[in-house]
Amino acid sequence: MSIRVLALIPILCIFVGVAFANRTYPIVLGMPFLFFYMVACIVFTSIVMAIVYALDPANRREE
Amino acid sequence: MTSVPLVIIALSIAVAFVLALWSRAHKRMDLEQWAVAGRGFGALFVFLLLAGEIYTTFTFLGGSGWAYGTGGPAAYILAYGAVAYVLSYFLLPPIWRYAKERNLLSQPDFFTAQFDSRLLGALVAVVGVIALVPYLQSQMTGLGLIVQMATYGRLPEAWAIAIAMLVLALYVTLSGVHGTAWTAVLKDLAILAVVVAVGVLLPARVGGLHAMFTSIAHLRPGFLQLGAKGMGVPWFISTVALTGLGFYMWPHAFGAVYTAKHERVFRRNATFLPLYQLILLFVFFAGFAAILMVPGLKNSNLALLAAVQHVFPAWAVGVIGGAGVLTAMVPGSLMLMTAGTLVAENLYRPLRPSATSAEIQTVARVVVWMVAAITFLFSIHSNAAIVALLLMGYNFVTQFFPTVFLCVWRRAWVTLPGAVCGILAGELLVAYFALTDHAIVAGLNSGFIALVANFLVTLVVSAATRSWEARRAGQRNAPTQADPASGFDVF
Repeated sequence: MSIRVLALIPILCIFVGVAFANRTYPIVLGMPFLFFYMVACIVFTSIVMAIVYALDPANRREE
Repeated sequence: MTSVPLVIIALSIAVAFVLALWSRAHKRMDLEQWAVAGRGFGALFVFLLLAGEIYTTFTFLGGSGWAYGTGGPAAYILAYGAVAYVLSYFLLPPIWRYAKERNLLSQPDFFTAQFDSRLLGALVAVVGVIALVPYLQSQMTGLGLIVQMATYGRLPEAWAIAIAMLVLALYVTLSGVHGTAWTAVLKDLAILAVVVAVGVLLPARVGGLHAMFTSIAHLRPGFLQLGAKGMGVPWFISTVALTGLGFYMWPHAFGAVYTAKHERVFRRNATFLPLYQLILLFVFFAGFAAILMVPGLKNSNLALLAAVQHVFPAWAVGVIGGAGVLTAMVPGSLMLMTAGTLVAENLYRPLRPSATSAEIQTVARVVVWMVAAITFLFSIHSNAAIVALLLMGYNFVTQFFPTVFLCVWRRAWVTLPGAVCGILAGELLVAYFALTDHAIVAGLNSGFIALVANFLVTLVVSAATRSWEARRAGQRNAPTQADPASGFDVF
């Protein structure tokens, strides 16, 4: 399986996770929980995509 | 004293014009220069161009207005960018490669080339222009609100929007994509500074983030999560899907993809562009602070500007307005330019194959003014939330996704009749929902329902017409011509 499959994880976090994260409390980092959760998803997406980018052979081949 | 904001805002408009003329002076202008800038942009510029399209009046006034007016559902704006960027990693490189091989200029060119059909290209052009109107309307509405604010309400709204329209159309006529790119650099720096300042200072005025959200949650239980006004979890999921998939389906975003120097640019951007999305938080904070500072506004689009006027001195109001003007001008001009190019290249040229490029360019410029005028007429009679306008545009534009996706992923699964029927089915459903005022159907975003119907129709009709398509390809193709069905996925 290609390393690109990893990209599915943050997508699932957003689409499935929202059902569990739809709450106001606790307020984390000053934000209602729903907003905090989406921020965490964004940061996580960036990390996962950086890993995919680094390991994807398509990006090494062209250099 | 109160004319200070007006002066600063007028100055920022002037600077944008000077930048546009200055960058134009060094370039020969034919249509390819005008619209795609000769494919000469590096990674930084593509980043700024794409970012420039993301940070628009929609985020600045629309995002804060939605936080103010609807609360929790505004979180969708955070999520859909991440979905779009993950998708871009896979979707954009093949589109770019295909476009570069064939020297494509616009979004309809992609469809025309894929299916060897000018008719489909024309359909895509028409839908694209229709979808751009509500988007453009959101920019014009925002620009009008800022102009009105700068005069402290002395200027009637229709006049303010008329000025906004003139500024946009003039700017496009004078600049072209290089002007937009330089203004985008200026705009991104300005809006970043302004948004961070506003997003920190306004909540600080009402006791800091934690205290602010605690009192909002107290005042209006459930407001800070999904569920109110029919916008629950299913609405969130369907809206994030619709807007995430549609993000690069906008004619101007699709066209901007062609300007990249290298396909790797997209994959690298997919790693850090999601983080850029976090700036939106500041916009939301400002909108939420406005709930406590200026409660009960009739027009939620005004939330940020009203709170700013409430707190800041006149010069700061001017600077914020100036940044807001640029945030509307950059994407607004890009959209107008795209509409002009779409009509000139994909509707006019097929009808008059003998047209010279000067003639095409004139058509493009005339269309810019026509679309600006049409948008103006829509704007003065509407009080719609900026976010609602953008969602309407997404309903239209995401209907391209099934065909584009299949072209890239499984070219054999989609035929010309399948693409045409799918897009038409999706757009007709969207139009029906829009005319009957159904933004939400069965708890789902109505555009998403149209998208699912579109996907099914595309697949079924394609399956039924596969042999017809094969015969057509056989008849049409002279031996020297490239096979239009080969795409990039060889099967």
